[in-house]
Amino acid sequence: MSSETALATGRRPRGLAPFLRSQMRNIAPFLTLIFLSGFFAFASPSFATLDNLGNILTQVSVTGIIAVGLTFVILCAEIDLSIASIANVTGIAVAYFTLQESYVNIANIPLPGAVAIILSILLCALLGLVNALGLTVIGIPSFIMTLAMMQIAAGISALLVRGQIAYKVPSLITTLGSGSIGGIPWIVIVAAIMLLGGHLVLTYTRFGRYVYMVGGNREAAEYAGLNVKLILGAVMVISAVCSGIGGMLGVAHFGSAQQNEFDTYLLDSIAAVVVGGTSLFGGRGGIGNTIVGLFVLGVLNNGLDHVNIDSFLKILIRGLILLAALVINVYAQRLREKAAE
Amino acid sequence: MSEGRSPILELQGITKSFGGVEALRGVDFALYPGEIHGLVGENGAGKSTLMKIIAGVHSEFSGRFLIDGQETHFRSARDAHAAGIAMVHQELSVAPDLTVAENVFLGNQPTNALGVVQWRRMAREAGEQLARLGLDVDPMSRLGDLSIGLQQLIEIARVLFSGARIVILDEPTSALSPPEVERLFATLRRLREEGTAIVFISHFIEDILRVSDTVTVFRNGRKVAETASAATSKGALIEAMIGRGGEALEHSYTEDLMLPQPSGNSVILKVDQLSLARSLKDVSFEARAGEVLGIYGFMGCGQQELSRILFGKLKPDAGTLFVEGQPKTFASTAAARRAGVALVPESRRDMLFHQEPVYKNISISILDRISSLLLKPAQERDIAQRQVEQLQIRPPVVGLDLGMLSGGNQQKVALAKWLTYPPKLLVLCEPTRGMDVGAKNDVINIVRDLRTKGLAVIVLSTEPETVLSLADRILVLKRGALVREFRNEPVSKDRLLEAA
Repeated sequence: MSSETALATGRRPRGLAPFLRSQMRNIAPFLTLIFLSGFFAFASPSFATLDNLGNILTQVSVTGIIAVGLTFVILCAEIDLSIASIANVTGIAVAYFTLQESYVNIANIPLPGAVAIILSILLCALLGLVNALGLTVIGIPSFIMTLAMMQIAAGISALLVRGQIAYKVPSLITTLGSGSIGGIPWIVIVAAIMLLGGHLVLTYTRFGRYVYMVGGNREAAEYAGLNVKLILGAVMVISAVCSGIGGMLGVAHFGSAQQNEFDTYLLDSIAAVVVGGTSLFGGRGGIGNTIVGLFVLGVLNNGLDHVNIDSFLKILIRGLILLAALVINVYAQRLREKAAE
Repeated sequence: MSEGRSPILELQGITKSFGGVEALRGVDFALYPGEIHGLVGENGAGKSTLMKIIAGVHSEFSGRFLIDGQETHFRSARDAHAAGIAMVHQELSVAPDLTVAENVFLGNQPTNALGVVQWRRMAREAGEQLARLGLDVDPMSRLGDLSIGLQQLIEIARVLFSGARIVILDEPTSALSPPEVERLFATLRRLREEGTAIVFISHFIEDILRVSDTVTVFRNGRKVAETASAATSKGALIEAMIGRGGEALEHSYTEDLMLPQPSGNSVILKVDQLSLARSLKDVSFEARAGEVLGIYGFMGCGQQELSRILFGKLKPDAGTLFVEGQPKTFASTAAARRAGVALVPESRRDMLFHQEPVYKNISISILDRISSLLLKPAQERDIAQRQVEQLQIRPPVVGLDLGMLSGGNQQKVALAKWLTYPPKLLVLCEPTRGMDVGAKNDVINIVRDLRTKGLAVIVLSTEPETVLSLADRILVLKRGALVREFRNEPVSKDRLLEAA
């Protein structure tokens, strides 16, 4: 190793350039955000307004809630492809347990609102637990395990609504999903609280440290006597529960519960985490990165509407931005490793 | 033997630095066809750096590089390969899921005009080549099913028979049993007859003296001696390597050493009839408080598996562990840690977090003792600072990323994480492997100190010196079975090697 000799002296490489290089994963998303905001502000007079900032915040809220849990998963160098499906099935479940209008043709089971909410959260936690067991006990790679779960959750959704649409959810969910307080939508407040909570857990708790260490070097975490499987299992459950909450509020936000309602949220959530700079190799990044990533996506989606662009081109542009983020993500890891040498 | 002949490879005034630190300073080196050239030196002395320059791995350096008298500059390992230079690196780089024959021909399988691999021809030629190394292996068997020593020999075979004119072997014998070493040496001698130039790097000075014609000694990035092997001795080479009275510092362990009376302290660990697939057979032993138990054996004898079972990372097929009399089956390494067992594995890459600061590496195993829910970073740093001072980890800065420390200091950090709340049983795999003499002595002192504190320590090593310098009692593990116990009796390197 070349590092051996260079580091016998044990000094950090000094100067601005190595520092910037090691911080690239944090700086690049931020610059992207500033650039995009500047571009849209320049291109459209309706973009840089307080009203529109509110729009952007509301638009990214559901993605933000789902992305909290996904950040934990990606920090552990795993992936969860079932987030959108679990969000969907949880949103449908909470409607399924609520009394619907007579014209809704779903054989549902009306229950008191609190019970409906608790049952729905138990459902998503259970699905997360199945992910966790598949990953840790059986040893199925998370990529495949959650791909199967994506289908399973979609299947449960289909069975519950059978192609129909439900509209009613418990009043608490309705308020949190579509109400507002003092002009601020509740869903933005919930997303902010969950992001803050995720950040506090990751930064200040023992569990959060374990998440980073397991992601940084799983083998070493095991040799340090950590219960790696327990930690991995926990993050899969956290991810599913965050998705479930996002799904319930999303259903209230959209005003309906139906199949395939959340399909775009899989890519959006993964993109938010990765564009924000959290390492796909685990151990680097965090909720702060995810927040920046959410804003990049939010500004991009919203801004493209303001500049009046072909809506089919939007999809392509989002794909290209995601690709660029992936390139930077992998490249940043390499630069960091070099800076550490 | 090189008089009157021109060198195949000549380096003049090679200087190479990494980030402002000079790894090589004005080194001259010449290699002649039909020569086996031994390289010795402590870790970090520059021998690997020089070899990587020759093999094209490092392409930036200053100085002249001549092949057959022609000035050359390799940009990559591929360039070096094209010029007939091949290197076997210290770490195994084989494809365990492919057959032996595929591994021998990795990257240039014989094919017919259509590009289809000619399996029969490949198997036959691989078999012939391996037979020259004295290896009777079915070329169509899966490589991963063979012992580590055999795998290493097959990797060496691939390089030796690749037609290279210059072959560099970095620590080729560390995983080999004595008969395997003999076969390797016989092959090297035969290749020498055929005119191949061979560079042989090893920590085993006896091996160097036996097989090489010339020995070059490195110290601190300089070449400090070059002599004919016949004209020097182990003592002289060690002295040149470390530059001070060598014999006193590194005991050669050729003399008999008297093991002490076995201690009558309480039994911390009892292992009963442990078996694991192909690795371990009916292994039973005890480790007592205040005792260092050495377990010696060649690479692949089952030591690694044994250590993993003790720490709950592998589950045995049969057998029981008792910790202080209580039978235990560890569901995870966390369970083993809670039961008071600690393991320091042999690979630094596997046991440390290189991108995290030193203090997080030290506190990771005791976080549950200092915080139930919320982290207490100040306390973590205090604990780490104390360990860093006690173990003289350099530089003594707990906020530094671990990757910035040298190998020996990283090894100390790996130990440090277990010392604040000492376990009942500490299992150390190869605790001094790849360390220079100073760091080795530090580790030996730490382990002795732990013994006086009443820990049971198990040291597993493939290096007899390591076991001899530490152990109060020595078990010899051979092909997964315990074959000999040394207690309260004289022991030496020869006796250990003989038993294994």
